[in-house]
Amino acid sequence: MSEQQPGADELLARTRELLAAHPPATTEAVDFLKARFDAGLAWVHYPVGLGGLGAPRSFQPVVDAELAAAGAPDNDPRRIGIGLGMAAPTVLKYGTDEQKRRFLRPLWVGEEVWCQLFSEPGAGSDLAALGTRAVRDGDHWVVTGQKVWTSSAHLARWAILIARTDPDLPKHQGITYFICDMTDPGVEVRPLRQITGEAEFNEVFLTDVRIPDAHRLGEVGDGWRVAQTTLMNERVSIGGMRLPREGGMIGPVARTWRERPELRTHDLHQRLLTLWVEAEVARLTGERLRQQLVAGQPGPEGSGMKLAFARLNQEISGLEVELLGQEGLLYSDWTMRRPELVDFTGRDAGYRYLRSKGNSIEGGTSEVLLNIVAERVLGLPAEPRNDKDVAWKDLAR
Amino acid sequence: MTETAPDLLYSEAEEDLRAAVRSLLADRTDTPSALARAESDTPYDPRLWQALGAEMELAGLLVPEKLGGQGAGHREAAVVLEEIGRSVAPVPYLTSSVVATETLLGLDTTNAEVASLLGELASGRKTAALAVPFSYGPDSLRLRGGLDGIVRTVADAATADVLLVPTGQGLYAVEADQVTVTALTPLDLTRPLADVALDGARGTLLADADTGRAAVRRGLLAGAGLLASEQLGVAEWCLTETVAYTRDRKQFNRPVGSFQALKHRMAQLWLEVVSARAAARNAADALATGSPQAPLAVAVAQAYCSRVAVHAAEECVQLHGGIGMTWEHPAHLYLKRAKSAQGALGSAGEHRASVAEIVGLPGPA
Repeated sequence: MSEQQPGADELLARTRELLAAHPPATTEAVDFLKARFDAGLAWVHYPVGLGGLGAPRSFQPVVDAELAAAGAPDNDPRRIGIGLGMAAPTVLKYGTDEQKRRFLRPLWVGEEVWCQLFSEPGAGSDLAALGTRAVRDGDHWVVTGQKVWTSSAHLARWAILIARTDPDLPKHQGITYFICDMTDPGVEVRPLRQITGEAEFNEVFLTDVRIPDAHRLGEVGDGWRVAQTTLMNERVSIGGMRLPREGGMIGPVARTWRERPELRTHDLHQRLLTLWVEAEVARLTGERLRQQLVAGQPGPEGSGMKLAFARLNQEISGLEVELLGQEGLLYSDWTMRRPELVDFTGRDAGYRYLRSKGNSIEGGTSEVLLNIVAERVLGLPAEPRNDKDVAWKDLAR
Repeated sequence: MTETAPDLLYSEAEEDLRAAVRSLLADRTDTPSALARAESDTPYDPRLWQALGAEMELAGLLVPEKLGGQGAGHREAAVVLEEIGRSVAPVPYLTSSVVATETLLGLDTTNAEVASLLGELASGRKTAALAVPFSYGPDSLRLRGGLDGIVRTVADAATADVLLVPTGQGLYAVEADQVTVTALTPLDLTRPLADVALDGARGTLLADADTGRAAVRRGLLAGAGLLASEQLGVAEWCLTETVAYTRDRKQFNRPVGSFQALKHRMAQLWLEVVSARAAARNAADALATGSPQAPLAVAVAQAYCSRVAVHAAEECVQLHGGIGMTWEHPAHLYLKRAKSAQGALGSAGEHRASVAEIVGLPGPA
């Protein structure tokens, strides 16, 4: 911390050096990205040697803007969102030096896609009740269980995994965090078709998967604490997207409204305007949150943004189906597909309506997030619990 | 078209200002005297106004220094209004220091009459009220023919030394002794309303009708935009009190605030208050910088924050249970302020209509 942090000028100078040494026009994208990582310009707030320079995070846009202006390739962050947003901060915080060196560079460059093996059929909101077992066998762990809601599992090289290593302890204490090799023969990935007709998620069956102890992240039994780093980053990345005005779900319905005057009714007009105002306020709230982060005054508002966008996405897309009248009775296509990218505002109104139902479930249900706000932000007392001091193996299930 | 991002935070100076105003209001306001005053002949608090407007020099925040003011701006005035909302203080800050002052700033300030009146308002020695119904939004103004007839439900008219009267002949400044002010029984016990009878009044013509109309629109726009900050203050107080109460209050052998049925409602309210803050800061910043986006920012803030304040006050009453329904508990002062403010300076529906016009989302033909 006491080392001198590079300023914006220095970052800009280094960016220009990178561009001069590796002109984007004549450099393979992956080679440019590797050079960028090695120059410490991947994520400037990361440490030197791990893609960063220990600079303030708020300087990243300086680098990004300069690179974008020069036509440099990016690492397609939407394709590797789980790696960037969840695996990387966890590896950085809890990984050994060897793990950080091995995993972060191919993760950031996009050579290795990551997925997340957390939720289980019997452990959703109560994630700490998870039952996937990891049993020690010499310098390996043998893992067996079932995970669900795993996006990118069919593309992933690695997974962040939490599993139960001691069923005799209360549920939060017997969990350990691992990095799982998705090419292990014991890993089976099956598409999980959802209400949109697509399968953007998977079920993952783990049968005697062997994970070397060197791929454990954090101490044995400390997995719940390690997972908190992952989960907090998940909520930030889900709720923290920067949007221009009408940049979210309100955009398509506002466009339809302007282009199709024959669809307008007084009732829909009032509801549209109310939602337009709420969407604009949510956008401003996100903007204020970012300004707080840049000013070094992080507030608890982040936990609220996902709640706001989930409700708005659902109400706005629902209104859009109504606005379309007869066309709203139709759906583009129920064909089962496995999309590589998820686009909440993509496809047609019916898709948006159905897909947004997941917004209040994925990454923490709105009900759980309301509990988190009430207890951690407002300081309201927790509900009385009867599972804290009971061994996991004795819990009702 | 490039848009610079609005500054939605509070500066250090603004936080210092807040601390000073909050400390003064904490010293000088309390529920029993607010209730006693509400049912007396002087529903406002002249000594508090003297301290806030004159001694702390807050009355002149919007007025340039060369006209006798502090040369601050709408961001600072918004912070003062947040604190006034938080304490439902019965002072004519919104009506005189914002709406009337901003209206005068929309006139020719080299005019001696205008400059002198601005100086007196800025010093806190006098207050003025814009003689239009408190329900009027920026686009509501209909001009009367001249200084005649009755203007209904004018906020803080009873305390005003001067009334600014827009007419078809121009905008007049009328001394209070020229008109008959009839106090009304307001829903909001902490913001006095009155009818103002103008027949036979003599006033000073400050501007022609068109200039006057534009200035009144400017005054009402600033008023509507900064009322959002007052509503934010009301909502914040309601949430804070409700959280504190439900943490303490025990039924079924546990704090009632531990029940999810209640805590989810408070968490939802928290999210609304956080959002209202962004909307209110956006409006204050747009007004302060004279942004062309100001009419949209104000319409968005008012359409959103008015409902949040009402929701917060209603939840405050409900989640306090029986005590929230009593006259002695202050919750009703906030409910009445919030519900009354919902219809002030343009309804949410009128502000949504402005949004529709500005962003091009017209209704059915």
